[in-house]
Amino acid sequence: MNSEYATSIPREEAQEPVVRRSWRTLAIQLLGPLTIVGGIVWAVAQPYRIVLLDRAGQGIYDYLFQAPLLVVLVGLAFTFCVAPGLVEDLEAEELRGTEG
Amino acid sequence: MVPKAETAHWIAAAVALMLGLLLIAEAIVGPEVFRRRAWRAYLFPAVVVVSSVGLWIITILSTFSTMHLLAHALWAQAALVAGAVELAVVRGKLRSPTWSLVPGVALLVSGLAFLVHEPNTWLYSRSAFLHHAIGWMLVVTALFPLGQALRPRQLVWRVGFALTFLLLAVLLFADRDAAPIFGRYGLGGGP
Repeated sequence: MNSEYATSIPREEAQEPVVRRSWRTLAIQLLGPLTIVGGIVWAVAQPYRIVLLDRAGQGIYDYLFQAPLLVVLVGLAFTFCVAPGLVEDLEAEELRGTEG
Repeated sequence: MVPKAETAHWIAAAVALMLGLLLIAEAIVGPEVFRRRAWRAYLFPAVVVVSSVGLWIITILSTFSTMHLLAHALWAQAALVAGAVELAVVRGKLRSPTWSLVPGVALLVSGLAFLVHEPNTWLYSRSAFLHHAIGWMLVVTALFPLGQALRPRQLVWRVGFALTFLLLAVLLFADRDAAPIFGRYGLGGGP
């Protein structure tokens, strides 16, 4: 048999299934980062809102609670504390929906 | 050492932003998935109850005018009642969708308190402008929980209720003790 014509059959390798994230999962994952971006954009647009950059006549509360940084903080809290578990539960629910 | 009013408003704005994000997330995934973990189910009502305690502390510090004291006491009470009812709903003690009327009444009362306790006109200063804007916004958005009570399955009411808190956060973050309404563009108030 001429081996130029009869080649070995390539072994089928198991491929990872393509996981499509639903719009709901994407939306949950984007909520926190969008909030963080909002806070950063605000800080850039109004740098005088950041007390560290403009210290004249500021008190302890001005250092503790700076509005744009509060927005970033809320975004971080949502991104790292709420979103991961929620996405996990949502994907489990969607998987159950496709199987059932 | 009492914080400035604008600082207290920014803290309230941060709480409102967190509540808004939680409610938006619940609207996106649905209550069944959102309440799958107990801590997440109790998060919204717990934050509301804790913020009501914060509002009571601000009430104690708001002794510079009777109207401010009464208004803050009213918000604190409204938040406490709404949070308590929401806790009972999550716990399963209250099942009827008509209990959504309680947050609706809380929003309405809070809005009216904003409008009544602001002595100045819309264009007097940014603070006055925001008090009027927030007051009317809360009065109008009280319709969302009302809709939720009457038509609990429609998503629009839940999304509207969530967006109410996001809008409230934006308005509260914009507050300054003394500033023209539109910053460098002027209109009302002193710098």
